[in-house]
Amino acid sequence: MAAKTNALKVTLPSDREIKLTREFDAPRHLVFEAMSKPEYIRKWWGPRGTELTTCDMDFRSGGRWRFVSRGPDGIEHPFKGVYREVSPPDRIVWTFTYDVPPINEHEAVETVTFEERDGRTFLTVVSLHDSKESRDAHVQSGMEKGAGETYDRLEELLAKMA
Amino acid sequence: MHAFDVLGDPVRRRILELLADGERSAGEVTEAVRGEFGISQPGVSQHLRVLRESGFTSVRVAGARRLYAVEPPPLREVDAWLERFRASWGESFDKLDDVLVALKEKEDADGR
Repeated sequence: MAAKTNALKVTLPSDREIKLTREFDAPRHLVFEAMSKPEYIRKWWGPRGTELTTCDMDFRSGGRWRFVSRGPDGIEHPFKGVYREVSPPDRIVWTFTYDVPPINEHEAVETVTFEERDGRTFLTVVSLHDSKESRDAHVQSGMEKGAGETYDRLEELLAKMA
Repeated sequence: MHAFDVLGDPVRRRILELLADGERSAGEVTEAVRGEFGISQPGVSQHLRVLRESGFTSVRVAGARRLYAVEPPPLREVDAWLERFRASWGESFDKLDDVLVALKEKEDADGR
């Protein structure tokens, strides 16, 4: 089997971030569109076998969103957040909370960027995680530390060891 | 120390990479890492200690040398955790591919 050209890559740019990169065979205004309306989000958000039973989204900077995903076992998982920044055509920032106590005390900030080359979109999602300890450390150590960290070869290391 | 805190440090990730090819002495690791990161020998020793105490590496004494090796279990744990993300987002994005095909067709049909 040929290697998948559109494989998802997951790396750890810093101790609180997870970075996803994925290529799409479509221009970025369409990928952006697919993330901006419930009618499209319902078709792709969540793993296979899940269904979005609620998909409320006030898609503008400062607007709230709330999704409820029902798994194959019938259990519903609520998620919520705020769109911090909606900047077509290349950037969306939202907060993300799994809305079940006590996990909902924690919030991640997800930054999605859309880059277009030759009619294809290179999507990057950086998920910045926030536990109390890491948040405190983050405040103390300042924003600059780790922000430029792009040393993300853990995945290759793991592949080598597999 | 949590696995992600251990791996959050670039020097420690580099040390693990060096060890991924096989066992290395503390001296070899220190020499390679000092040059790349401009840190002191005690600084490298400190990172080696964190890796050892967190179970990411093992160490054995061979004469005057201390030989470090990667211990896969903690890395596998991290990988298993990442795999949940890969699976969830990977499947979502595969479905997004299908949505994009439909959007492209719609756009073509609209004559844009």
